[in-house]
Amino acid sequence: MNSEKIFRYLLVGSGVLMVLIAVGIVATLFVGSIPSFKEFGFGFLYSADWDPSEGRENYGALPFIIGTLLTSILALIITFPFAFSISLFLGEYFKDGVLPSFLRSVVDLLAGIPSVVYGLWGFYTLKPLVAELGLNAQGFGIFTSSVILAIMIIPYASSLGAEVISMVPGSLKEAAYSLGATRYEVVRNVIVPNAGSGIFAGYILALGRAIGETMAVTMLIGNSNEIPTGIFDLGNTMASLIANQFGEAEGLKLTALIEIGLILFVITGIVNYLGKLIMKKLSA
Amino acid sequence: MKKFQLLFAAIIALALMASCGNAGKDKAANNKKAKTITGAGATFPYPFYNKIFKSYTKEQGILVTYGAIGSGGGVRSITDKIVDFGASDAFLNDKKLASMPAEVLHVPTCLGAVVAAYNLPGKPELKFTPELMEGVFMGKITNWNDAKIAEVNPGVTLPDMEITVVYRSDGSGTTFIFSDYMSKISKEWEEKVGKGKALKWPVGIGAKGNPGVAGTISQTEGAIGYIGSEYAFSMGIQMAQIKNQAGNYILPSTESISAAAKGEMPADTRVSLTNTDAADGYPLSSFTWLVIYKEQNYNDRSLDQATQTIKLIDWVVSADAQKETTKVHYAPLPDAAVEKAKAVLGKVTYNGKAIKL
Repeated sequence: MNSEKIFRYLLVGSGVLMVLIAVGIVATLFVGSIPSFKEFGFGFLYSADWDPSEGRENYGALPFIIGTLLTSILALIITFPFAFSISLFLGEYFKDGVLPSFLRSVVDLLAGIPSVVYGLWGFYTLKPLVAELGLNAQGFGIFTSSVILAIMIIPYASSLGAEVISMVPGSLKEAAYSLGATRYEVVRNVIVPNAGSGIFAGYILALGRAIGETMAVTMLIGNSNEIPTGIFDLGNTMASLIANQFGEAEGLKLTALIEIGLILFVITGIVNYLGKLIMKKLSA
Repeated sequence: MKKFQLLFAAIIALALMASCGNAGKDKAANNKKAKTITGAGATFPYPFYNKIFKSYTKEQGILVTYGAIGSGGGVRSITDKIVDFGASDAFLNDKKLASMPAEVLHVPTCLGAVVAAYNLPGKPELKFTPELMEGVFMGKITNWNDAKIAEVNPGVTLPDMEITVVYRSDGSGTTFIFSDYMSKISKEWEEKVGKGKALKWPVGIGAKGNPGVAGTISQTEGAIGYIGSEYAFSMGIQMAQIKNQAGNYILPSTESISAAAKGEMPADTRVSLTNTDAADGYPLSSFTWLVIYKEQNYNDRSLDQATQTIKLIDWVVSADAQKETTKVHYAPLPDAAVEKAKAVLGKVTYNGKAIKL
């Protein structure tokens, strides 16, 4: 066998392994959630009761599905103006120089901070601030978690955008300028339409990250297993619930948690698929 | 060509799996000397186990590893027969016992408790009756200046401040002990909330782990919650006295926790100590247990492995190890409990024969 072939087999082997692992994860989640599905059926998706007490066990995923979607979408809304500004700043206005490269490093650094550190900062700084502003009594809740998530996902939302914006062909921009367009008009009429799908891809990536975030959310959301009544109410997310309860779970509760994991997996899949669809529409 | 590549990949994958499987089998050959003893389970007694298993490893030259993965995980591990012993803060109930693959035994190792911690301006010392516990944790008493609290605490200035209940968001033996007590003292609690390692809470904020609850309480004026005694003692957290069945207000301490275990104990050591009738006992105390199979020859375990496991557990309940409990803020087993534990260990067999230590 020559080296060409060995290399090729290695590549194919690792490719197949990846697929096997992904299929294995889905299969494990699927098999693990069968008992829960048998017990609760599709009602699991829209039941709001999560009662793990002995002898009256009843599980429903709705509070956590709502909590997950609410925190992550709110985080995306909060992060949007900041991430978009950073993308424009780094991709169009100041591509090179000391300040932009410093900003770039800081933004990248945000992606590297462990989420438990965000959680700690949120717990000791952000939470008291939210309480002081009178948004809710103790400072915990959906809103506080969303703010932390918004900060955490800025790098994901902005880096890709900056990259794509800097790749918009110079000839297009120059043409616009030669027609007398102002810088703002160039951004609005040339850059955004051109880089739109790339910028959007960054937000989908960021949303995926927010949906799956666990530790920082657990520390700030208040972990109340009820449907939140508003964005300042306490709540819980699917990832946070699993991380909290998995260690001591057994029997029906364990399989209910695995089913929540499966739902989380499916939701992430749907978000990515929708993202791709919209990206196709945008770039067409 | 394509087929060939797929086949090749499949062979690699199979070879990987097969080699992993073989490694497991080799270890379990029958009359091998035991090199390690593995346990997993409750996080609550972990500081105690960590300390004594380390010194056991040093003295006896056999490696004892303990994974603090939670009581539920401990029971799962022993059910799957992947550990020598499991550890749990809650004993297995009859239904669970019946569902185990073989007969299991419980060995109590030490005692702990759950304390009620609070954060009020001026740090007043508070007393709680079962009625107050029910009122506050059911969300019926919502302000610290409630007349019912003042009645039990004469002379204490109580502020006009909202009560914030803080509970454990993660499944926990601490929550089990707390809810076990609450179910005994309050009909309403038993009916509406019940007992378990996690609950459907009527009011409050969830925080993860003892540090999470303690941190949230210290950050929130007017907060009250429950914390594992080992953590509360080591951090010097302020805690409430609670009125026990005999009518005495008891401050949690290693003495009052040990005292709670003075009463009658069944031969299988599965007993709940909450709401104890001991006059000087703290009412939210509990044993923590190691769980082992009665018949030690399972999964191709060697006789030496079984003997070493039992020897270790026998040492854990001995005076030598028990004197370490208070150093890490647990309460030692009372003598009667040690006797019962030794009797339980005497029942362990290998191939149906008693194990000689």
